[in-house]
Amino acid sequence: MKSLIDSGPAATVENPVAGIDQTKGDFTYDVAYEFDAGTGLSARTVDYISSVKKEADWIRAFRHQALQVFQSKPMPTHWATRDLENIDFDRIRYYLASGQKPKRTWDEVPEDIKRTFERLGIPEQERKFLAGVEAQFDSEAAYSNIKEIVAKQGVIFVNSTEGLREHPELFRRWFGKVIPTGDNKFSALNSAVFSGGSFIYVPPGVKVAQPLQAYFRINAENFGQFERTLIIADEGSEVTYMEGCTAPKFSTATLHSAVVELVALKGAKIQYITVQNWANNVFNLVTKRGLAHEEAEIKWIDCNIGSRLTMKYPGVVLKGRKARGEVISIALANDGQHQDTGAKMIHAADETTSNVVSKSISVGQGRATYRGQVHIPKRLRGCRNNTECDALLINTNSRTDTYPAITVRGDRNSIQHEASVSKVSEDMIFYMQQRGLTEGQAMSLAVNGFINDLARQFPMEYSVELKRLIDLEMEGSVG
Amino acid sequence: MSSLVIHDLHVSIGDKPIVKGLSLTVNSGEVHAIMGPNGTGKSTLAKVIAGHPDYTVTGGDVLLDGRSVLEQEADERARAGLFLAFQYPSEIPGVSIANFLRAAVQARLPEGEEIDASAYYKRLYAKMDLLKIDRKFTSRSVNEGFSGGEKKRCEILQMAMLEPKMAVMDETDSGLDIDALRIVSEGVNALRGPGLGVLMITHYQRLLSYIVPDFVHVMYDGRIVKSGDKSLALELETRGYDWVKQELAALPA
Repeated sequence: MKSLIDSGPAATVENPVAGIDQTKGDFTYDVAYEFDAGTGLSARTVDYISSVKKEADWIRAFRHQALQVFQSKPMPTHWATRDLENIDFDRIRYYLASGQKPKRTWDEVPEDIKRTFERLGIPEQERKFLAGVEAQFDSEAAYSNIKEIVAKQGVIFVNSTEGLREHPELFRRWFGKVIPTGDNKFSALNSAVFSGGSFIYVPPGVKVAQPLQAYFRINAENFGQFERTLIIADEGSEVTYMEGCTAPKFSTATLHSAVVELVALKGAKIQYITVQNWANNVFNLVTKRGLAHEEAEIKWIDCNIGSRLTMKYPGVVLKGRKARGEVISIALANDGQHQDTGAKMIHAADETTSNVVSKSISVGQGRATYRGQVHIPKRLRGCRNNTECDALLINTNSRTDTYPAITVRGDRNSIQHEASVSKVSEDMIFYMQQRGLTEGQAMSLAVNGFINDLARQFPMEYSVELKRLIDLEMEGSVG
Repeated sequence: MSSLVIHDLHVSIGDKPIVKGLSLTVNSGEVHAIMGPNGTGKSTLAKVIAGHPDYTVTGGDVLLDGRSVLEQEADERARAGLFLAFQYPSEIPGVSIANFLRAAVQARLPEGEEIDASAYYKRLYAKMDLLKIDRKFTSRSVNEGFSGGEKKRCEILQMAMLEPKMAVMDETDSGLDIDALRIVSEGVNALRGPGLGVLMITHYQRLLSYIVPDFVHVMYDGRIVKSGDKSLALELETRGYDWVKQELAALPA
């Protein structure tokens, strides 16, 4: 059993994945934007984006239709927080880019953008342990590259604009099929103005050994980032995708609203890892869902630390027999933050299994909410779901809520649900202090222990950074 | 050469006085035992020395090497060389003993200095060998699901690694069967030496036949009412605490 901070005698980590530390992401350089759709959202904004990207008519029409859906849908404040009403869509800038085509080498990336990613450590990580990297700066990828050995296997890893342009048939076949435009107000918004994000295709039987990584960077103020990611793992293939994200801390709110669709064909495996560490003025409203065919497996590993409000419920539609879905989720809500996260497991075939493990930590006046949906219809048999959600409260004014919605019909399926709320006890803290740890160090260790079994599922580089970040967050929580 | 000096200590919980003028000096190399019936303030004394926030010191002082520790937080006292072996050690889910101790050792290093991981593990394994503890033990979460004996061994292992100047051992024998008591006592005896002062708090004499003290004190109603050598413990065993109470009652007020 290897635990989070036990890296053993010999191991040292020289290469922390950058940008997970908020202080590290809190900087901005002046950048000259060649393309700017201006402030506010209208049909003209959509036309501007579509024209700049030289898109086909069908996609332009798709965007316009999505805009109408967005405008007609009310804010979901009948169940979600009213803080959503504070988003001023007229003050947001929907498209900002320095160029249209991502560079294949870092040398070609404009200096003012390159230094941001260098400061975040992206090129270094790419050399060390990644199969490919896409680095998005505001609306477009500034850099995108895949290691030759992976490309030779037929793996496609480009941004969504290139995916549309160069692989239209593959793209169109699955685009918007897992998450339809009208799924929710923010998926409609994304469908209208999306830009950037990754398009990945893994051919049958190909197992991509190293992770592919995307890094999403917001640089501009009053900006909305709307990346769109589509990953297709063909029969029997395997791929791991990691995303990291940061933004500088501006005085005004920033919006990040992505749509991520995963398709795992028969027997394929997709693992999608997110470490979200937005500055705490970012509204992070993301729709993520995977479609798992027969015997396929989709696993979301989702870690939410930053942002003002995150609403994100990664889901898996278990479409084929014996498909498996899993969501592993860690959320840390500090003062002024609301992490509204959870999971959706839609069982649609026999013998499908799903597993949800969610751990949240509420610090100070932070609020963590778990929303879960498990659906198993009556006609199915042999389906299983296991859900565990554990909440840890650090201070007496911290808050956690759990809203599990489980619909299981018929008598041939089984589900299991466990939930717990615990508090870091004073006795535990005294015990640790008696061994010489400060109160802050003791809190950090208690929190790291709480998430340890989940953190061990993260790649080494991420789990080390996760621990470091928790240490930073907990420093200010006592005293 | 270190010393722990408790001088005319008065302690309350809320308005209720628990320790009422207790004085005691423990020097390096010495093992003192404090015995007494339940409810006389023995465990309160242990926690106050360690800096537990629930207790209020209303008078007197506690000095480590001549310096008062009363203004220090529990962690400062620990880093200064005070160790408390808990009667009821806390569980820390998800944190292995190895990682916990590593954090505790790291906390003792000067700011900016990183622990040498290989030297740390070497030392940890040496201490485990000394205490005859299985290697697998330290990968378990601290005290989680431990038996009474395992919890106390875990305390002794921490004491061995942190090398305190003064160790206060609160009812280390409680909850142990005779085999566990022997193993834990052997551990304490292995750590005895000129660099360590020990204050053992116990209700029963039986611990003292395994860890033989240099001094024995009887605590009653918040004070030390009788002191002697190890023979005092045996006398208590045969005559009971009532004997002390009667002696006290016979004294002129």
